[in-house]
Amino acid sequence: MLKQKISAYSILLGDQSLILGQRLGELCGHGPILEVDIAMTNIALDLLGQARLYYQLAAELSDTYEDEDQIAFLRREKDYNNCVLVEMPNGDFGDTIVRQYLFDVYHLMFLNQLKESNEKRLKAIAEKSIKEVRYHLNFSGDWILRLGKGTEVSNQKIQKAVDTLWPYTKELVQSSELETEMHGFGIAPNLADLEDEYYRQVKSKFAEAEIKLPEDKWSQIQGKKGLHSEHFGYLLSDLQYLQRSYPNSKW
Amino acid sequence: MDKFEQAFQNKLDNEEKIEPKDWMPEKYRKTLIRQISQHAHSEIVGMLPEGNWITRAPSMRRKIGLLAKVQDEAGHGLYLYSAAETLGIDRAELFDQLHSGIAKYSSIFNYPTISWSDIGAIGWLVDGAAIMNQVMLTRASYGPYARAMVRICKEESFHQRQGYEMMVSLANGTEEQKEMAQDSLNRWWWPSLMMFGPSNAESTHSAQSMAWKIKRKSNDDLRQQFVDVTVPQAEYLGLKIPDDKLKWNEERGHYDFGEINWDEFWEVVKGNGPCNKERLETRVKAHENGAWVREAAMAYSEKLNTAVNHK
Ligand SMILES: [Fe+2]
Ligand SMILES: [Fe+2]
Repeated sequence: MLKQKISAYSILLGDQSLILGQRLGELCGHGPILEVDIAMTNIALDLLGQARLYYQLAAELSDTYEDEDQIAFLRREKDYNNCVLVEMPNGDFGDTIVRQYLFDVYHLMFLNQLKESNEKRLKAIAEKSIKEVRYHLNFSGDWILRLGKGTEVSNQKIQKAVDTLWPYTKELVQSSELETEMHGFGIAPNLADLEDEYYRQVKSKFAEAEIKLPEDKWSQIQGKKGLHSEHFGYLLSDLQYLQRSYPNSKW
Repeated sequence: MDKFEQAFQNKLDNEEKIEPKDWMPEKYRKTLIRQISQHAHSEIVGMLPEGNWITRAPSMRRKIGLLAKVQDEAGHGLYLYSAAETLGIDRAELFDQLHSGIAKYSSIFNYPTISWSDIGAIGWLVDGAAIMNQVMLTRASYGPYARAMVRICKEESFHQRQGYEMMVSLANGTEEQKEMAQDSLNRWWWPSLMMFGPSNAESTHSAQSMAWKIKRKSNDDLRQQFVDVTVPQAEYLGLKIPDDKLKWNEERGHYDFGEINWDEFWEVVKGNGPCNKERLETRVKAHENGAWVREAAMAYSEKLNTAVNHK
């Protein structure tokens, strides 16, 4: 039934935001500069807020899930459909900001398409989120330049982070079965259409930042199908700890 | 008294604010730097015990509420470091004082957050105690400090309500949740009372600070005010404050309460609390791990400046 599929799609979108927000939440209080700590927490808050909107919509449409918290906290590992990039560990600030930048470029392009969706509630979420994500991209893009061109050490750190995270970008611009189907209904963008523009933008920024890009972007990474990294289980055990330990409680 | 001192004293007497460019006694400046930076450090170190539960918060609403709260504390740190900077000291130097252990921060943050309800208890009790102190400081004689406090107080009272509301949920929850809430109250009650500092007789800085109108109420008065406000809130929750001597005193119009364990207080101040080492190490580590980022940012902005100058 279409309603259930829209619900599943909304969960997939919520998962990207929740998981990246969860990762950024780990950093609150540990930032390299107080102002950066505050800015990164803002990004985390925006993402978690977006996740709520997607999950609330999903719960409303769903026959399976009653509310946002059941979706966020009580699914099994393979039921989360976020791309693997957003679950990658924070590492050092270079890893964190490269992960953020690689996601932000995609995220803004994606939302610009989603706001043309014929599913009105998804369109509304996209419209609200675009303003936030534009800021995220400015922030992460500026830091890519600053660190790429700052010192030799910072350039190496960014280079290392790019080398590690690059294979995970492919998944961002490849539609899963569900996304393809949603595109067929005019609900979701066709991600393949974003691919060229995504890599064009990313390449030009990294060239400006004096960072070399790895050649091969082939990968078998399939978070959107529920195949996650080894890191993911640990992330979930924190996320779900209280809901699992004290079932049927209100908080 | 020379004419500068006279002008300073007149301002104090007339309840006018002292501003950064005004003449002020060196000891007044030093006292303020010590107090404001200690306050700023408390905000920043205070992020750690609560930050400990961000990834484990039990619902979307609670996660966002907690994250926003901890972020507010970072903002408070920022306003306060800026207020301290108006007195002629920079943030880097203040950080050095914190990291080397010269500067103090509020001892309450040397206690661990071992359950989710500790987050509720901190909002309710610790932010609640902080407000008592800070509302007084909105009238402090030093302008930038007083103004920073006005902004901060609004957010602190929101934190206090959010924390109390968390406690209400737990107190009305399952048996396990109630137990969790009571356990948090047991552990946080006495350290919260200690937040107001030693008794008036024992407090080294109090008298001078009162004369300079930096401080407006004594430690004991503020503590009493806190107890009077908080006891009925605990009753409403159906939780028991861990003090057998706690009793309403009709004659005084206040609650009587038991003796604070000042040995514990001084031990934690000296660095022997449950988390002193850990908190400081975490701060130092964050600072050291961030060094390359700060250096790169500086190098980059210098490159930009030279580029502009060459045009
Ligand atoms: Fe604060
Ligand atoms: Fe607070």
